[in-house]
Parts: sequence; C-alpha cells; structure tokens
Amino acid sequence: MINYELVSGLETHIELSTKTKIFCSCSTEFGGEPNTHCCPVCIGLPGTLPKLNEKVVEYAIMAGLATNCEISPISKMDRKNYVYPDLPKAYQISQYDMPLCKNGYIELSNGRKIRILRIHIEEDAGKLIHQRGNTYVDYNRGGVPLIEIVSEPDIRSIEEAKEYLEKLQLIMRYIGISDVKMQEGSLRCDVNISVRPEGTETLGTRTEIKNMNSFTHMAKAMDYEVSRQIDLLQSGETVVQETRRYNEADGCTESMRGKEDAHDYRYFREPDLVTIHVSDEQIERLRKKLPEPPIVKLNRYMNEFGLPETDAQLLIKYRNIADYFEAAINDISTPKTVANCMIGQIFSRLDGDGAKENFQVKVTPENLNALVKLLESGKIKMNLLKATLEKMLDTGKAASELISESDMGGIDEETLKGLCAKAIADNQSAVADYLSGKEKALKAILGAVMKATRGRADAVEAEKLLIELIRQ
Amino acid sequence: MDSFGKIKKLSEQMASKQISCVELTKQYVEAIESDNDKLNAYVKSTSDVAMETAKRVDKKIASGEKLLPLEGIPMTLKDNISTKGIETTCCSKILKGYVPIYSATVWEILQNQNAVLLGKTNMDEFAMGSSCETSCFGGALNPHDFSRVAGGSSGGVASAVGGNLAVYGLGSDTGGSIRQPASFCGLTGLKPTYGAISRYGLIAYASSFDQIGPITTSVEDAALVYDAISLYDERDSTSRGKAAAPASESLNKSIKGMKIGIAKEYLDGIRDDVNDAIQKAIKVYESLGAEIVYFDMPSLKYSLAVYYILACAEASSNLGRYDGIRYGYKTAHYADREEMICKTRSEGFGDEVKRRILLGTYVLSAGYYDAYYKKAQNLRGTLIQAYKDAFQKCDVILAPTVPMTAFPLNFSSKDPVETYLTDICTVPVNIAGLPGVSIPCGFGNDGLPIGMQLIGNSFCEATILNAAYQYETAAGKTAFRAVDMGVRL
Repeated sequence: MINYELVSGLETHIELSTKTKIFCSCSTEFGGEPNTHCCPVCIGLPGTLPKLNEKVVEYAIMAGLATNCEISPISKMDRKNYVYPDLPKAYQISQYDMPLCKNGYIELSNGRKIRILRIHIEEDAGKLIHQRGNTYVDYNRGGVPLIEIVSEPDIRSIEEAKEYLEKLQLIMRYIGISDVKMQEGSLRCDVNISVRPEGTETLGTRTEIKNMNSFTHMAKAMDYEVSRQIDLLQSGETVVQETRRYNEADGCTESMRGKEDAHDYRYFREPDLVTIHVSDEQIERLRKKLPEPPIVKLNRYMNEFGLPETDAQLLIKYRNIADYFEAAINDISTPKTVANCMIGQIFSRLDGDGAKENFQVKVTPENLNALVKLLESGKIKMNLLKATLEKMLDTGKAASELISESDMGGIDEETLKGLCAKAIADNQSAVADYLSGKEKALKAILGAVMKATRGRADAVEAEKLLIELIRQ
Repeated sequence: MDSFGKIKKLSEQMASKQISCVELTKQYVEAIESDNDKLNAYVKSTSDVAMETAKRVDKKIASGEKLLPLEGIPMTLKDNISTKGIETTCCSKILKGYVPIYSATVWEILQNQNAVLLGKTNMDEFAMGSSCETSCFGGALNPHDFSRVAGGSSGGVASAVGGNLAVYGLGSDTGGSIRQPASFCGLTGLKPTYGAISRYGLIAYASSFDQIGPITTSVEDAALVYDAISLYDERDSTSRGKAAAPASESLNKSIKGMKIGIAKEYLDGIRDDVNDAIQKAIKVYESLGAEIVYFDMPSLKYSLAVYYILACAEASSNLGRYDGIRYGYKTAHYADREEMICKTRSEGFGDEVKRRILLGTYVLSAGYYDAYYKKAQNLRGTLIQAYKDAFQKCDVILAPTVPMTAFPLNFSSKDPVETYLTDICTVPVNIAGLPGVSIPCGFGNDGLPIGMQLIGNSFCEATILNAAYQYETAAGKTAFRAVDMGVRL
C-alpha cells in the first residue's frame, strides 16, 4: 500500500481597493446598477487608451513587501488575448514575463515557508448576467485592479492551504489594499493540485480547480480531488492535466477543459503603456507605510502582554481591533484587563465578522483606557468596572460622567464589616437557607451589601466577610 | 517667391474681411457636392457642423478678436479619428453605424481652434493598404489622374487636399499611410515622431507604429498644423508632446552646412525616373549649401519583414474587440454567441484585414512567437540603432517616399505581397518612431508626382521641415503642380 502526498500551489486573485479603476477614473465600488461605473476606456471603445493608475502599482508593491518579495525595478504590462463577451477589448492587460514582485514567501505556524513565485497586476473582467433566457453583460467590474499572487507548489496538506490563504488574507487586510472578501469576490483562488507517493520528489500530473469562493469549498474540493487522483493512480490509470471546477451541489470536482483546449493567450507587450520603473526611494517610502505584520503582532501580544494565543488571535484578526487595543493599553500595566473587556463585553455587542472588522463601538479607546486606569489605581473594583463599561457601551459617555467621586475609592474594612452585619440581620431567611446548604442564598445577602456600597465594595472581600460573620 | 502656404493667407483674408468664413466654407461645401463623386475622397460630409463653426468664427472676427492659427480653416479628418456624434467607420463594414461618444484628442484641440470640419475622408479599411482600395466605400482617386489611386491608407485626405476639397487634412501613418498618398498626389505629408501627437481616439491599427499627422499643399501649412496639434496628452501614456520651439518659426533658417545623408539601400531598385528626381533634389540641396553625406544602412533590408510581423501582431489584438456585441455591424442570423461573433467578423472584415489578422495571430502563436515576433522585436532594436548611428553622421536623411508613382487602379488587389514591397521606403521610419516628411520633388515619365522623404532624429520635426521648406522654395513650381478642380484660391 503506497501512501500518497498532496502537492499544491495556489493562484490567488485579490481585488485592490483603490478608489478608481486600473486604467481609467471610473469608480471601483462593488455593486451599482449595471454599466454605471463605465467609460469609453473601460468598455474598450475603439481608439481609447489605458492610463495606468499609480496607486495600483503602489498597492501591489506593498503586497510584495508584506510577503517578503523582491520588487522589480523595471516591469511592463502585456496583453493576454482571448475572446469572451465580458472582456470588451478581447484582451486583458496583465503582466506576463516581467511581474512587479517575485520570490517571496509566507511562513506557516509549523515553520514551513510557502514560496511565492510572483505577484503581478492586471485588470478584472466584467460579468455575464443570465436572465430570462438572455445573456447580458455588466462592465462595472471591468477594469477593477487585481493582483494575482502565484505560490510555488509548496503546500502539502489541506490545512496548509487554508492557513496559507488565511495568512494571505490577513496580511492584505492589514496593509489595507483590499477588503479580501471571498463572498464578494475580492478574494478568489484557483488551486493547482497533484499527488505523488510519499518520499518521492518528482511532481505528479496536476489539475487546476478554478474559482474557489469560500474556505470550506476549497477544503472540500481539495479533499475530493486528492481522493480522485489517488483512486486513479491506485487503479493503474493516469491523472489527466486539465482545468476542473468544484460542483457545490454534488461536492465533487468536474472537468471544464483539457490541456488540448487550453487557451493560447498570445501574450505580447502592451504597446499602449510605457515601462514601469520603481525606484529604491519609492520602495523604502512604501515599506515605511507598512504596519507591523500580523504574525509579529501576535507574538508581541503573547510575549509582552502575556495574552493567551486564542485571545491574541482575536485581537489581531482585524486591524481596527488591534489599533483600538493598542490605543486603549496606553500606560496600562494590565493589558490583559483591556483585552478581557474587549473580547468579553465589547465583542458581545458586535454581530458577525463585518461588525468586528469595522469595529464601530461607542466607547473610545481613550475612555476604555481611563476606565481600566480607575481599576488599576484601586478607585473602583472589577464589578463596578464591568457595570460601568455596559453603561458606556449604551451611552458613549466617559466613565467620569457615569461614576461620581463618592462612588470611587474603597470601603474601609470596619465599615464593610458593619454593612455585612446589617445585611445578615436584614436577611435572616437567606442566612437560614445558606446554613441549610443552599450556597446560592449568599448571593442575595452579598447583593444587599453591594447595593449599600453602591458597588464600591470588593465583592470577593465582602463575600469572605459574610461567610466569616455567618459562621460566627 | 510666394509661399505655397494656404493657411496663413486664408487666415489673413478672413481677419481683414476680404472673405468671410461662411463664404469660404460654402465654397468648399459646394465643391465637395459637385466634385467628390469624381474622387470619392469623402465618405461622410459634415457640412452642418462646418457651417455652424464658420458662423462662430465670423462672429469672432466681427467682434475684433484675433484668430488662432487654424481658426476657420476648412479641413478634413481621416475616418479613423474619433469624432463625437459623427459616424466613424475606419471604412470598414464592421464599424458602419458606429457613432463615437467621445472625441479624439486631436479633434478636441482642433475644435478649440474652431477648425471647420468638412467631412470624414476615405481610407483603406482600418488603415491597412497602400491604395485606399480596401475601403468598404471603394477607393479614393488621384486628382492628377482619375485612373490612378490616391494612395493609402490616408488616400481620402490626400485626394481631398490634392483636389482642393479641403485646405488640409489629418491622416494617420503606420507604415507610410500619410507620406505615400501625399507623394502620389503631389502633396506634403508629415509623419511626426512617435509620441509627438496624442493617439487617444485614433482607432488603432498597430499601436506602436500609428501616428497622426497632416497632409497639406505646402510645408508651411504642415508646420502650422503640426505646431497646433503636437501637445502632451495625459490620456495617452506614449504621448510626449513636442520640442519647445514651434517648427513653423524656423522654416526660413538657412540650411548652409546642414548634413544631408543618403543611404544607398533606399535607392536600391527604385524606378529610374524616381531616382532622377531624387538626384536632382540632391543637386538643389548642394546649391543651397548643404553637405551631402553617403553611407550604408544594411539593416534596412529587414524593415518590411519586421514591419509586417509586428504591425500585424498588434492589429490581430487591436481588432479582436469587433464582435458585434457592443457597437457596429452584427450578423443577421446566428444560432449561438460563438456563431454570432464568427459570422459578424467573417462578414464585417474585408480580405486585407482578415489577411493581416491571420498573419498577426500566427506570429504570436505558441511555437511561432520566438521565430517571428521575438526576432522581429530584436531587429526593431537593430534598426533603431542603425538610425541612431546614421544621425551621428548627418542631420537629415533624404530618401524617396515610394519607389514609383501612383499605382493604376486594382494594382494592389492582384498581388498583395508585391504591394507590400512598395512600402519599403516608408516603413523604416515607423519602426524607429522617427519623424519623416514627404514633399513633391518633380514628375515621373508618366506625368505623375514623385515624392521625396526627409527623415529626422526624434523630435527634430523643425529640422526636417526647415530642410523641406528650403527645397520647396528653391525648386518652386518645378516640383509642384496644382490641380484644376475644387476650390481655386
């Protein structure tokens, strides 16, 4: 029985979030009435010429720098010729043999590096809409800038493929060049996949699965495809090099076109655009604009702030959250308290990933910072902090507006003892319940103490005192 | 010696109210109505637009405002220059009915100058041809002899300007399409440096070769039009604008000591009467004090192969968009999308266009790319270097424009490759992206005009126009003959 190993490489398309398209000044906004984000250039009217959007080059360089790529000082645009109604010029302006970025990598948590062969810039195509037996074309998406990130076939498991893509998504989100949403198509992925007997080095025949639109589908498609290829090899057949698609309904992959039907794109240099020169100064300027990489941030949160990995992961997932966290821990000696406030109370107010990504909360990081400082200086206790944070989340007010001076400061032990004794005297039935083994009854007595101190008492301390007094 | 120029003269006459712009325009509109049938120069008249503009110009004159250099001058555009609201067909069935929703940059510039557009002129389909006969409207004829072609591809512009149906016109030159018809019709045709004039709105044939330029009856007019339209345009990435000094201001400079280069390869195999005319022109230059320098440019022999491979490759891509889906011609009957596109293109394109699309597709195909396209690209570099070297030795290169005079009708359709060979003297300039101007330099044994070409270094339009103007002035009427038709000024 031979054990097979999966060998995979990903081709990832990412829509850049520049305001305007790659070769004209039309809006790149998602959606919109069909053919309203269009002009003579992006619908390829005869005689029009493309003009390269400098921002696209910048964003692509940032993507390259963030994935450890070399940036080519000289690159060019090429035409990729093929006929399809969503491509109004019958060629896509892309980069063929001189991509903007090359030879990068992404490191996985198991320490393996997935090499990135190249990153190039290109234009997106329009969209066909099938309705009432007719086909219509919407060119709004035509000319939206894309980068294509091509990995080497370094991926050895479905988990690695997922982690690679998640890391890529996180990095691109961090540097702010794309919203990388698979469901909206701003992140798309083609999977190249082959299998070979474990321990061998030669690559098996690969197939390419086009257009994965979710992580789940990608995993399922890869799983199916690996089994299919192994079955073929074990029954003495061969894998055919071809392009396949994932059939979501049946959970299988199916053939789209074979090698003999592969397009001959007749690439050649785009004569309407000039050579792209990137200077060292430009690269350094963009490098300075890059935020701390998410992996570095993760480690810092764990090592410097002592956060558990799961908490650190939640905080770094979106840049808005991490930025908020870092603003809120200014001069704080217990960042973990801030993290707990965010992951606990604040996150519970945010529904879904979109809300977390936007991270629109009524409490400013400065106000959260001030609140936690009250706790650290002993002016308030944890229970009052929690209650106040809830009010802050409701109203957007600062802690200083919600807690009066008289609420602040601790209660000295003698006063607390007296209040506890009074609470016991006032709640004799609860005391009886407690003594008969109903431990919960103590909460009612504690509640009375807290009410009497308007929350200033340390609940843990008060509970200890109550037990002591009742036992006496 | 009077200047041959018409533009300045007309501008002065209008400014001094000897003639109104409306009167002038009317003369041209009427001449087109009566004489265009003889020439087939215009494929579309825009007399309404012309008269409207003329009225505007007259108002301006009445208010005492100074006129811009090209203001009120009746002119024409080749039908591959996009004109908003005016059908632009490239003389192809596939673009019949196509009305652009935007204007080419050159047309915007000219509109700002209140240029009077008389109509759009005939051309070889998508500018592919040397006789204007691949036009879906039939070819434009030569005003000097109606049994001869006007040349191509900007045959309609040359026919109109030569037949006095426009003062000047803008054509486009990919492999000689301005200079060759200018030569055939006894006119001045300037192909500027690649990048000197915006290509935005020029419907592409071969993007790295195409360049817009004027066809006029004189060097001065060519210089005036060139000065007006050679502006940097941010919509064209390959646009570079022009050199600082206007070319029209240095025409009178003496060319004493100017080095005029003759590369013998340009004279190989040209007709004897054409060679005689060139030799006489060399004598004129000697008499003007220019120094004649002889040298070899052996790499010129690759020009035709390089040109037809690269230009067709680009054309095959540029013409992919004509699929019947968004604009232009669409086949009437089809079963599915694929058949619709296939039939639309089969019916919409003419034979010469199909020939070049096939050739271009072939040289870019996997397995052939290295042998053809890549090799031709490399040789393009060789040719560019050869010109650089030549311009170390001389200021201007003098060469024939075409090895012969205007073809008889239907000459081109008999043997396409034979016709390609006649482009031998014009294509090298496009390969190297250099400026070249063709001016009349006498008449052949058949009585038809002969043209000679002056080629300059990049952005040296002023130099070649200076040399051309000095020759034109010295040679006078021996080199130029007006045709007795159209508007006689």
